[in-house]
Amino acid sequence: MLYREALNLALDHAMESDPSVVILGEDVGFYGGNYKVTDGLYAKYGESRVIDTPIAENSIVGTAIGMAMVGLRPVAEIMTANFAMLAMDQIVNNMAKLRYMSGGKISLPMVVRMPQGVAKQLAAQHSQSLEHMFASVPGIYVFCASDSITAYHGLLSAIRFDDPVIFLEHVALYAWDFPFEYLKNFDPFSARIVKEGKDVTVVSYLKSLHDTLKACEQLEKEGISCEVIDLVSLRPIDFETIYNSVKKTKRLVVVHEAPKSLGLGAEISARISEELFYYLDAPPLRVCGEEVPIPYNRNLELMSIPTPEKIYRAILDWGKQNGL
Amino acid sequence: MSQTLAEKFYFLMKLGRELELRAKEEYLKGNISGFLHLDIGQEAVSVGAVVGFGKGDLFCPYREHVLALARGMDPKLIIAELFGKYTGVSKGKGGSMHLYEPKLDFYGGNAIVGAHLSHAVGAAYARKLRNEKAGVLVTFGDGATNAGSFFEAVNLAVVWKVPVLFLCINNYYAIGTRIDRVSAFKDTYLKVKDYMPAVQVDGMDVFAVYEAVIEAKKYLEEYGKPYYIEAITYRFEGHSMADKGDYRSPRELEMFKKKDPIENLKKVALEKGWLTQEQVNLMDSKIAQIVEESVEFALSSPEPPPEELYRDIYCGSVCEDIGV
Repeated sequence: MLYREALNLALDHAMESDPSVVILGEDVGFYGGNYKVTDGLYAKYGESRVIDTPIAENSIVGTAIGMAMVGLRPVAEIMTANFAMLAMDQIVNNMAKLRYMSGGKISLPMVVRMPQGVAKQLAAQHSQSLEHMFASVPGIYVFCASDSITAYHGLLSAIRFDDPVIFLEHVALYAWDFPFEYLKNFDPFSARIVKEGKDVTVVSYLKSLHDTLKACEQLEKEGISCEVIDLVSLRPIDFETIYNSVKKTKRLVVVHEAPKSLGLGAEISARISEELFYYLDAPPLRVCGEEVPIPYNRNLELMSIPTPEKIYRAILDWGKQNGL
Repeated sequence: MSQTLAEKFYFLMKLGRELELRAKEEYLKGNISGFLHLDIGQEAVSVGAVVGFGKGDLFCPYREHVLALARGMDPKLIIAELFGKYTGVSKGKGGSMHLYEPKLDFYGGNAIVGAHLSHAVGAAYARKLRNEKAGVLVTFGDGATNAGSFFEAVNLAVVWKVPVLFLCINNYYAIGTRIDRVSAFKDTYLKVKDYMPAVQVDGMDVFAVYEAVIEAKKYLEEYGKPYYIEAITYRFEGHSMADKGDYRSPRELEMFKKKDPIENLKKVALEKGWLTQEQVNLMDSKIAQIVEESVEFALSSPEPPPEELYRDIYCGSVCEDIGV
């Protein structure tokens, strides 16, 4: 099942089962969504539940908050995470705070979905990975989907929550075809071990997960066995799963597209250093985006983010320096 | 009718005035901290609007004590919140700027200028979707009408055809900056008059505000569309307790103090025989008693327990029926 079809299915199932679920965003209705995630839902549920909005991101999230305050379950789509910067007041100052400031009197059962990351030559204002900005804010959950299973179950879980969730998708994955199955139990707070291994724990998420898996296939040929973890939830992070894996492998690598400085890799590495320092056989390694705006030129663009080759090379070199 | 209304108006306005004067005193004593924004001078707008609007959701900015009182919030819970006590309406975690009570359809209490305007539009959309016809009242200052969020909210309310009464409380100053220095129009209703019915009213006259809001409510109920009222008023105090308000001329302040909405109401009501001096005295002593009791309640209330720090960040509940 295509990644975007899995997202569409989650929205469809949520809307079908609960009339309080509504969708709003730019082009989500009549047009069918710029990435076709909401395709067909306008025809099925009508314009009052699949709501086309003007290009006003702050108010897309703001009106969704108002809807949630009085009992709807809105799923707001922001066309890309880059544009969510216009909605940061509503996300950070309002969505994340209203419950706490009201002493628990206000609940916001809502989701704000958005894709992020490098697709192909969309340049600096359409290519950023901004998960660390959302994941640094208490009061919201941040989930992300790396394949069709996490897309469907993650999004459905997000809609079921009575708390606000930022749901991150990767723009390059929409047309990817992944195996799909309905899971009886899906816990969006649990990281998934997607590949077992014994030498290195590699933590990743979104599209970087797939680049990591490709790199790890190559590393196996060099005799390095990687355990690969897909985070699924970025706030909170399932540190238990990471700790248990690192206790076994004694080595940690984090891979993400966002720049290294102050990214999730910094947080995870710091936690590992704090909690498992004496277990480690090597300092943590971060394979991340460069500290640059994403360029348009394809060669430069690929230089700016981790690729399977770069991940492979970085882990191999680091491994050699650290007795692997 | 005028008799009952005059009594109600006088009681609420005077209670608001006396509670806030006491809050000012308690602030100077150190019992209240943070930002404390007083509504003194503007009570006719707050009381006239909330009483006139009757049923429906109410969204306010941070200068909301009198609006909350008029909506029926217990003054004890307001003062305890100002004291940061556990018995406060928001458990002492919101403070003066963040009073909420969904049971009274009272949704705050927002301290980001203009942020709550889109919440009001979203709530109105939700009510309309569910065929609940009461409508939404949102109040804001003249300062908010220069923010992008204002224009987004106004546009959306028109496009979505939702019954929102936009009530601008124009006191001429955005903290220390006079309106004509930063706003294209000194009369804010001119900004929206091509979008929706928009009127200006004397905000020092509680009956004038009340009657304008009754008209507006009728329009909301009949047409289900937005309406705009601008009430011209003046705050007698600084923007907050941190502000002396000395950017305004003493002459200007004196001119508006002569129009004190409470004194004027009393004068007119006594002249017209709507109230007797005896009734006024009785109300005054009742109010003094309520103020005293509220402060005693706050003083004798406990601090929030330490574990409250970590409560109300998330509610943690899940609606399992969605997507099944």
